[in-house]
Amino acid sequence: MDWDFIIISSVKIVCAVVALLTMVAYSVLVERKVSAFIQDRVGPNRTAPPLVAAIPVIGPFLVRLGIFQPLADGLKFILKEDFTPSHVRKIYFWLAPAVAMVPAFLTIAVIPFGSTLGKQNMVIADLNVGILYSFGIVSLAVYGIVLAGWASNSKYPFYGGIRSSAQMISYEIAMGMSVVPVFMMVGHLNLSEVIQAQADGGWFVWRSPMTFLSFVIFLIAAFAETNRLPFDMPECETELVGGYHTEYSSMKFALFFLGEYAAMIAVSSLMVVLFFGGWTLPFFGLNQPAESLGMGLLHIAIFLGKMLFFMVVFIWVRWMIPRFRYDQLMDMGWKRFVPLALANIVLTAVWMWWMA
Amino acid sequence: MLVKRAKLSWLERLYFPALLGGLKITWRHFARTLFKKAVTMEYPEQRHQLPAGYRGAPYLVKDPDGNTKCVSCQLCEFVCPPKAIKIIPPGPDGQPPDRANAEKMPREFEINMLRCIFCGFCQEVCPEEAIFLKEDYSLVGLTRGEMIYNKEKLLQLGGTHHGPIKKWEQKLREARAQEAFPVKQG
Ligand code: SF4
Ligand code: SF4
Repeated sequence: MDWDFIIISSVKIVCAVVALLTMVAYSVLVERKVSAFIQDRVGPNRTAPPLVAAIPVIGPFLVRLGIFQPLADGLKFILKEDFTPSHVRKIYFWLAPAVAMVPAFLTIAVIPFGSTLGKQNMVIADLNVGILYSFGIVSLAVYGIVLAGWASNSKYPFYGGIRSSAQMISYEIAMGMSVVPVFMMVGHLNLSEVIQAQADGGWFVWRSPMTFLSFVIFLIAAFAETNRLPFDMPECETELVGGYHTEYSSMKFALFFLGEYAAMIAVSSLMVVLFFGGWTLPFFGLNQPAESLGMGLLHIAIFLGKMLFFMVVFIWVRWMIPRFRYDQLMDMGWKRFVPLALANIVLTAVWMWWMA
Repeated sequence: MLVKRAKLSWLERLYFPALLGGLKITWRHFARTLFKKAVTMEYPEQRHQLPAGYRGAPYLVKDPDGNTKCVSCQLCEFVCPPKAIKIIPPGPDGQPPDRANAEKMPREFEINMLRCIFCGFCQEVCPEEAIFLKEDYSLVGLTRGEMIYNKEKLLQLGGTHHGPIKKWEQKLREARAQEAFPVKQG
């Protein structure tokens, strides 16, 4: 048994999960703030633990920023009554939130969120089949939602579950096929190799029209996969009350929430890794694995920065266009993106054959 | 009725114009809120500018000489739709008013602010201009009992009303002229 490996991996896992949870909490805050600003409001600006507001200048500023709001939100979720309606299928009802949340957390296992820190690679599991693993895991998320919809045993959650299963399965195909050109160019499924390839030859968004198209399809499919507006069919409030989580309350609801945001973070990270060069920046020699501790931290910061950018994109797009109709959604998935992704693969193949 | 679906052009079917339009609008609002001001009124710190004649909570008022104007006629009690007002008049042999020339004064005057609907009927019906709807619109209390305002509290909150009619002075003048004092001071 390699104890070093086990200990270091555990440390990495704990750090990653803690960081992920914190980011989930704060992306909720960012969402609330950005949404508020877009709607001419101020957003959360009151929550303050005792004493903090008394700190001159900084205290009130932090309070206005709503920095402590996630704490209050979390506390609220924990303290609320955990209500189980009498008409639900109990076991599945209890299982669903966990099933919805876990896949999003598992995805980050293969994502290289930094180069090296000390001698350690900043990735929890440097799998050779990284991307296959993450697609496999991401597609599990649909089970949580379908299970929740079915176990709730009432019509709106049921509709939500049905919609989400159709939507997520459809867009998974487009999503999976959209990234094939990238891996054809890299010649490897390992995500660290993908980053290395981008460090050597430029980010995939810009590298060729084919990979740009890949990125566009991936981005749109990501919105559908994470059930975000404009594709939030499974929980669209105007039609389905709350969708699949209508019957949930308290911490069980919070788990769905957590899962949704963790999935957003996971998909954002995937986008950064696949198309935006991961932790690299093409200048100041930042695209080589770090030698010093500071550089390692800087790489992590770069990765988080890029990921944050995509989170803001996710949040912002929510207010840009209204929700698609369900048939439009399926239409786009099957009739536009799947053929487009397929054509993209063929085109890339032809192009690579031509160049070779 | 048949709603004709507009035929979308090739460009529109790409959704790009819609996306760009959305970006423009959202950015405009975001930037305005960020660099200028949100439309939100941050309530407890900022308050409404109330227009003159605003009808808030009803309070009893005093005249410029500091006398209670209410004569305990109980019209407001009768007219009050939700029965928020409770007046205890002095009665035939109750205590006389505390100053000269006053016919009658309420022994107790209570308004239950939890019941009051700020309708203004009491102000309208009062023959003495003794009760006015003032500018308070957010009344708070920790118990139900606290929300029943008694005479002292109502008088204190109501303050002084500067009206042209000073009934008691008029009464005094008339009484002096007739050399008769209708009501003795208690
Ligand atoms: S304002 Fe209306 S409800 Fe309130 S005390 Fe006067 S008459 Fe009654
Ligand atoms: S407030 Fe006016 S209406 Fe009411 S009892 Fe007094 S004098 Fe009469």
